[in-house]
Amino acid sequence: MNALLQVDKLNSYYGDSHILFDVSLHVDRNEVVALLGRNGAGKSTTLKSLIGVVPPRSGKVTLDGVAVQGMHPHAIAALGLQLVPEERRIFGSLSVEENLILAGLTAKSRWPLERVWAIFPRLKERRRSRGTDLSGGEQQMLAIARALVRDPKIILLDEPFEGLAPIIVRDLLATCRGLAEAGQTILVVEQNISAAMTLADRIYILNNGHMIEELSAESVRGQPELLHRHLGV
Amino acid sequence: MLSWSNFVSQFFNGLASGALLALISSGLTIIYGTLGVLNLAHGAMFMLGGYAGLVAFQATGSFLIAVIAGSLFLVVFGVVFEFLIIRRFYSRPPEDQLLVTFGVGMVLVELVRWGFGSLSFTVPPPSWAAGVSHLSFMFYPTYRIVVLGIAAAALAVLYFVLYRTRLGMIVRAGIEDSTMVGMLGINVDRVFMLVFGIGAMAAGFAGIVNAPVVSLTPDMGEAILVQTFVVVVIGGVGSFPGAILGGLIAGEILSITSMFDPAYSEVMLFAAMTLVLLLRPQGLLGLPSRE
Repeated sequence: MNALLQVDKLNSYYGDSHILFDVSLHVDRNEVVALLGRNGAGKSTTLKSLIGVVPPRSGKVTLDGVAVQGMHPHAIAALGLQLVPEERRIFGSLSVEENLILAGLTAKSRWPLERVWAIFPRLKERRRSRGTDLSGGEQQMLAIARALVRDPKIILLDEPFEGLAPIIVRDLLATCRGLAEAGQTILVVEQNISAAMTLADRIYILNNGHMIEELSAESVRGQPELLHRHLGV
Repeated sequence: MLSWSNFVSQFFNGLASGALLALISSGLTIIYGTLGVLNLAHGAMFMLGGYAGLVAFQATGSFLIAVIAGSLFLVVFGVVFEFLIIRRFYSRPPEDQLLVTFGVGMVLVELVRWGFGSLSFTVPPPSWAAGVSHLSFMFYPTYRIVVLGIAAAALAVLYFVLYRTRLGMIVRAGIEDSTMVGMLGINVDRVFMLVFGIGAMAAGFAGIVNAPVVSLTPDMGEAILVQTFVVVVIGGVGSFPGAILGGLIAGEILSITSMFDPAYSEVMLFAAMTLVLLLRPQGLLGLPSRE
């Protein structure tokens, strides 16, 4: 039980509809875990439940030894968990730099902007641009950078490569791999299986709100049909 | 009769009342943009600022203290109002929010009527701003010029807070997406409380600054509430620069129209709003779409 993130029997709802059924998973320190599944399987809901935007009705979420289920998102974020949402949710009226400064305001330890610029040189060039003026790829970089600035213990990436040009996906993937190699713990939800496979150490498969499989990335690389059976790809 | 000096004088009136409208409206638009609550008690809060200032003026005889007291009273009122009532309505449907703020507005008006009666009160302008000024080609009430200056200064302060401070950064981000602000570790509840306090202060400050121009009555906020709605719609919901632009436009429309026929001034205001809604539904400076 010394996983960085331990999730036990999580149940989440949207209004009356039951979305997650007894979902359990864990992410160890310095590990990259991918959560895969078809559209509507509950992947995003899982991430939103972990940050507390969709408060789970039952179940236990332990972050670095602290039970966080039922806490407000800001309190969970303060404990070192960051969600990079699927819609990116960049503040369009704020500049790139302001987006990053805002994110760092309440962080216990924060990255100096220089460290962000070193990873995302493109953002440095665009530091004065408003969020609305960024391309999709730049917005995604900023969304990830905004989470990193807070020096999180774990970062949840919700479909980070969705809707981006292949060349941008390649660059972003290299950046994410660099982060993972530097020891950043990541839980990633992704439809792009091959992208997810190049990052992940371990894989969970979610289906209709139920956790149906846990696989090591190695076994999947050896037997791709393991994934095909569940994801129909 | 229509004359050049009459027009210029009305134009100045429009600027002064427009700047005040801009101030009140910026409070309304910041609250709506950040909290998502349309505060129908905003007019009553404007009135309350006037009366709080009146009490302070009667006690001290100082206009400056009256302005400070009116503003501070409304900050405290706003924060308490948010904490005790508004906060419970964020996840409720908009009609509940409208009803509760409308209800609180009515209670405030009746409480003031109960305490002060329906007769009007006046707060004299500070002695240095009393009387008329001779502006080369016309005479103009000095205090109206002062109002323009005070309102412009207050808007400048608000602008500085919104665009040059960390709190302002949080508020601007919160207007766009308060959930995301929360996910970045910022306690949104506290920000909401503060924003409501600042919005209330803008209304209260305008209420007491306006007191020497228009006498205080318990229902003085009703007309202002309607006008500030129009200002916010014209300028763009949630947009601070929009509230300033909309306020000045509305002030001029009201003022210039009443030079010809006061009965039509609000008609013209609504006509302008209709025109904006037809041509640019998001308002002059509003963002095209909001979640």
